[in-house]
Amino acid sequence: MKKSRILAAVAGAMMVSLSLAACSGSGSSSGSKQTLTVEDYYTANPSMSGYNNIYKQCGKQIGANVKTVHIAGASLISKVLQQASSKTLPDVLMLDNPDVQQIAATGALSPLKDFGVTAPKGDVPAVIKAGTYKGELYGLAPVINSIALYYNADMLKAAGVTPPTTWAELKAAALKLTDKSKGVYGFAMSNINTYEGTWQFLPFMWSNGGDEKNIDTTATEQALQFDVDLQNDGSMSKSSVSWSQQDVNNQFVAGKAAMMINGPWQLPVLNAKKGLNFDSVPIPTRTSSQKVVSPLGGETFNVPRTGDKTKMALAGKFVQCLNKPATQLKIAKVSGNVPSQEAAAATWAKSHPQVKSFVETVKTARARTAELGPKWPTAATAIYTAVQNALTGKASPADALKQAQTQNK
Amino acid sequence: MTSVDVGLEKEVAHTSRGGGRRRRRRLGDYLTRWLFVAPAIVFVLVFFGYPIVQNVVMSLQDYTTATFYTGIAPWVGFENYAKVFGNPLFVTTLVNTLLFTVGSIVFQFGIGMGLALFFKRHFPLSGFLRSLLLLPWLLPLIASAAVWKWILDQGSGALNQFLGLFGVQPVPWLVSPSLALIAVIGVNIWLGIPFNTTILYSGLQAVPEELYEAAALDGAVGWKAFWHITWPSIRSVVSVVIVLGVVLTLKVVDIILGLTGGGPANSTQTLATWAYQNSFVQFLFGQGAAISNVLIVISLLFAVVYLYINRKGADE
Repeated sequence: MKKSRILAAVAGAMMVSLSLAACSGSGSSSGSKQTLTVEDYYTANPSMSGYNNIYKQCGKQIGANVKTVHIAGASLISKVLQQASSKTLPDVLMLDNPDVQQIAATGALSPLKDFGVTAPKGDVPAVIKAGTYKGELYGLAPVINSIALYYNADMLKAAGVTPPTTWAELKAAALKLTDKSKGVYGFAMSNINTYEGTWQFLPFMWSNGGDEKNIDTTATEQALQFDVDLQNDGSMSKSSVSWSQQDVNNQFVAGKAAMMINGPWQLPVLNAKKGLNFDSVPIPTRTSSQKVVSPLGGETFNVPRTGDKTKMALAGKFVQCLNKPATQLKIAKVSGNVPSQEAAAATWAKSHPQVKSFVETVKTARARTAELGPKWPTAATAIYTAVQNALTGKASPADALKQAQTQNK
Repeated sequence: MTSVDVGLEKEVAHTSRGGGRRRRRRLGDYLTRWLFVAPAIVFVLVFFGYPIVQNVVMSLQDYTTATFYTGIAPWVGFENYAKVFGNPLFVTTLVNTLLFTVGSIVFQFGIGMGLALFFKRHFPLSGFLRSLLLLPWLLPLIASAAVWKWILDQGSGALNQFLGLFGVQPVPWLVSPSLALIAVIGVNIWLGIPFNTTILYSGLQAVPEELYEAAALDGAVGWKAFWHITWPSIRSVVSVVIVLGVVLTLKVVDIILGLTGGGPANSTQTLATWAYQNSFVQFLFGQGAAISNVLIVISLLFAVVYLYINRKGADE
């Protein structure tokens, strides 16, 4: 731990010198213009350069220079913690939405209302819930996403199957689409032992009325039983316990899965594959009267407490600019995600029919941290542990959930 | 002889003069002695003592993400330990750690010893082959983990495709909870062989050739020669290899995280990966520290055993 703090100090010192250099550079060129440091985890193009452009545009609007630091996704939180302890936080910080409350709870973030920033009218309710900690709004996501059921249109047509809307239909369709001789599975999802596995299981659990506070309920058990049945039917590979969402997408692209659960960020890869004819629908629910409740994905922009009042106010303006519906649409274009504002999202869906199911899904999406706040990681761990125990046959779904609930406090 | 006598005379001359100077000189000697030890002490205190003390303190605190910003970590006594020991995963990870360590060491050492003995008979290209053996060591762990993950994949992995040639059904190496630990141990054995071979080989080099010649005259060849000459001669090297091997294996994190992430269903979760999981995934730094302290105690036990064996060796 200590080592990392020393590292943080070194990194901090470097940051300071860098920003000093940036200040002196900008000072000579554009007078007294302030420079805002923005930290995000977009390390790959096209999103990296796309976001850089949008940052620049917003910087211009508020009259500030923008310097961007990209940190690889997996190490963003540890980096932020180091920066928090060495007091070298950036002026604008991007966070994955389930992490906002965790970081807000440390006191490192400033409530957005201090700068007069509010959520744009018409933003999906889950966006505000995800960014709110103890009644105060700390972060706003300009674009959001969720997961839906992708299907290979050609395979469904060949098997005479229509896109399923209920669990029973999904089960029957998956069985029909499975072709052992060709190594094709009817259905694929990620049941990995990370938060990704939890995220993929949540639509089944939540839509059926399950809740993360107590996962030892009939509703959640039915969802887990459904997951297990798909595997035991032979419609879903046993390897799903080790598949990330990326692996699931690879299976789908390779034609080894006829349907899969995945998000809109896979669209560029899916579109790039020649001859792959696909579409998506919202994730099926147990009964047709149930409404699909999927987890909310997307990154929020936040203003850390850096101590520099003028820069913090400027950072607030910057966050407001990023969340304007017009900017939301621009970011959607860059990232393939859905604008947070429903009206903007509807406009977006019209010109991009491929995201229609996601635009539909995010309306009723739920923030993972809406109920448990910073305690979400414990529940998320309990959920994927139960899923893994049930799928590997270590315990029945009921026992797996009962065991996991004892650790969900 | 003369020089010693001269030295003695000088010493006598010194003692005959007043005590003050002698005391000052003794103080100087004393200081010098400490100055020689000082770098080692400072190094140990800064790089070993301080982190361990910090880790112990952290395990007694409610150390959360908030602590990083505020610096405040409430004292909770042994609550973190109670939570760790009360978690059913503790027994699972302890057993997995034991199986992982014993399984890895037995085979790493066995195969390493076999290869070291093999390379002792110099044959054409033996030097080249021996350097090839170091390959697993030279590869970045993350890269080799990724490659092994692909090799062991159930559907499209190289190993299953090879076994398929003999009509073997695809084996769920990393997916079945009963096989995953074996697969992970296998990869760790592959990783540990170069270390064992290299050190044992250099130990074998130090055994004088004449011993074997003399023994051969008395009829001791093959197994007998190994048992009565080789083994006693390299015993101290063996103890170093095994104790270092145990300590290095106990703390393995990267290869497990790269292959299975501790799964499926925690079947490859060891104390080390569980500590990592608690601290850096769930942000339960206090509990993570408590688990790593358990690991430190286990490693220390082996260090003591090592010191004991070494002392015994020196006494003999």
